[in-house]
Amino acid sequence: MRKILTGLAMATLMAAPLAAGAETLKIGMIVTLSGPPAALGKQVEDGFKLALDELGGSLGGVDTELLVEDDELKPDVAITKAKGFVERDEVDIVVGTIFSNMLQAIFKPVTQSETFLISPNAGPSTFAGRNCSPYFFATSYQNNQNFEVLGKYAEEKGFEKVFLMAPNYQAGKDSVAGFKSYFTGEIADEVYTPLGHKDFSAEIARMATSGADALFTFMPGGMGVRFVKQFRQAGLADKMTFLSAFTVDETTLPAQKDDALGFFGAGNWAPDLDTPGNAEFVAAFESTYGYVPGTYAMQAYDTAKLIDAAVRTVGGDLSDKEALRAALKAADFPTIRGEFAFNNNHYPVQDFYLLQVAKRADGKFQTEIAEKVFEDYADSYAAECAMN
Amino acid sequence: MSTTLMLIQALNGLQLGVLLFLIAAGLTLVFGVMGFINLAHGVQYMVGAYLMVAFYGVTGHFLAAILLALVAALAIGLALEFLVFRHFYDRSHLDQVIATFGVILTLNQAVKVIWGPAPLIIPTPDLLSHSFVLVEGLLYPVFRIAIIGLGLGVAVLLWALVRYTRFGMLVRAGATNPEMVSALGVDIRRLFLVVFGFGAMLAGFAGAMAAPIFSVEPGMGDDLLIIAFVVIVIGGIGSIQGAFVAALLVGLVDTLGRSMATDVLKLLVEPAAANQIGPALASMMIYLLMAAILFWRPRGLFPAAGTA
Repeated sequence: MRKILTGLAMATLMAAPLAAGAETLKIGMIVTLSGPPAALGKQVEDGFKLALDELGGSLGGVDTELLVEDDELKPDVAITKAKGFVERDEVDIVVGTIFSNMLQAIFKPVTQSETFLISPNAGPSTFAGRNCSPYFFATSYQNNQNFEVLGKYAEEKGFEKVFLMAPNYQAGKDSVAGFKSYFTGEIADEVYTPLGHKDFSAEIARMATSGADALFTFMPGGMGVRFVKQFRQAGLADKMTFLSAFTVDETTLPAQKDDALGFFGAGNWAPDLDTPGNAEFVAAFESTYGYVPGTYAMQAYDTAKLIDAAVRTVGGDLSDKEALRAALKAADFPTIRGEFAFNNNHYPVQDFYLLQVAKRADGKFQTEIAEKVFEDYADSYAAECAMN
Repeated sequence: MSTTLMLIQALNGLQLGVLLFLIAAGLTLVFGVMGFINLAHGVQYMVGAYLMVAFYGVTGHFLAAILLALVAALAIGLALEFLVFRHFYDRSHLDQVIATFGVILTLNQAVKVIWGPAPLIIPTPDLLSHSFVLVEGLLYPVFRIAIIGLGLGVAVLLWALVRYTRFGMLVRAGATNPEMVSALGVDIRRLFLVVFGFGAMLAGFAGAMAAPIFSVEPGMGDDLLIIAFVVIVIGGIGSIQGAFVAALLVGLVDTLGRSMATDVLKLLVEPAAANQIGPALASMMIYLLMAAILFWRPRGLFPAAGTA
């Protein structure tokens, strides 16, 4: 029955775009594809393309042209690329970015031109509260939420003394604040390292002598690879529980391997999450691109599906921004993370999990769901947003 | 902070210092003897690490990989000298900076094309993969001790080489007065080539030794290069002895600074403020050290004799 209905809907919608006059849907993607964090951008690009391929190269029944640009993790480059998309290519939707500071750079040029901006990863607090925008959506999370998951878990688990370590920049400080908003136990020490730190031996020595029974850290990318390895070499893995965010995930595990085994992370999804369509997504992704998808790929995949559903709802008419916004906000798409809804600030309301690194039967590594920590969790800034 | 922790941090600082020395030794020779600013020196460290990954993948044997990596690092260093650097010896420092900066961009991009942007790692060799208990609850990997040992060994070797061999004499003479050495009939170009290849090999060696404890990724040598410059400026340009002392000094100051700055500040100001200022101050520490040393000894701790 459902199939027939979808078929009917498809049939009517195939005609609709012609009626509305939209010839192609142009999507401009801005992600980081160079430098050490390029693996994250690659995941987003591949995740989005996988969905696009599955849908036969069209979203919502409209032929889709995907343009991909690299922001090089430089705000000025990101702005140039975003302006190019909006002014020269006249894209209908911009999808980006990986990093919050890149999003901050392109936010104004894109939203002020009344082009929709959908973030497949970056979720800064800046645009979740007072500065929320009717043209901005995030399909990922609000950055603080992952840290809050770990704080909540540490609190529930009753760790007595936790050692905190993060890089010395805004996101690092936010991570510590997020953790502390739920954890009320004793903090053994709070250490900030330079960004891109190489040798953690001094910090590890402090951890070992601090008497802490758990560690909370946020060490994205190469920093995480080095730190996990040195932490394991120092023999601390048997003494302290390793709680982390963006430190052990599918982009770093190919390098960390056994060293990260059993370590905890946090997130809104894992490859083994038991939801409709998830196993198929993971299998299709791996057979197409040859590596294990992470949250980044999942969020990009969902982003494509979200656009697909919204464009279909408005019958391919991209000129009616009001209607398209309502359709996006409805988020009426088959998400692979179980449940998904947009809050009033256009950030998701979703479940969050404690994740644990595991080795699969085929020798590859992935994060797996350890337990659900938050159900239908909304971020704490939504109340400040004037939209409803 | 307890005495034990202090000792551990001193050991960590020593290890960082030794690694810095391996990089700075080549840099100070190239800069001192040839008057050539080689920004690409940090990239040669990265190349060493990548070669280590590549040869370890092929041979599966740590020692064989490191020997092959050394030979290849030397070959790449000589090739760079032949293709790029030798055409810039007589040019201004600005030209040299631009040319070697171009080499950085090219090689960083090249390793990304060959090995991909994601960080790579290789395991520590079985023989050195043990750890011993340093204090209750903290293991210290034997490999890190091996780095210290090897680094000190290289330092002694270099010192003997520069001090007691004919090659060393020419290097010292070249650092003091290259025109005179040339006038005395020494093929200064060949001397440059040897010094350059040697420096590249030392940097490559540092990269190969660092590969098992750090992650190998594009651009990994870029920030180390800046610290290496700090080291050679503190030590006195062209002086191996100076580079050695300065490298250990910088390693110790950086490590102890990072582990103590916040704690010391907590005695003076509120903990929240200390957490704000401490890390910033810790990363400034080596530059403050450099400024202080240059104030009292403008030519560094061990200036090469005769340079002005």
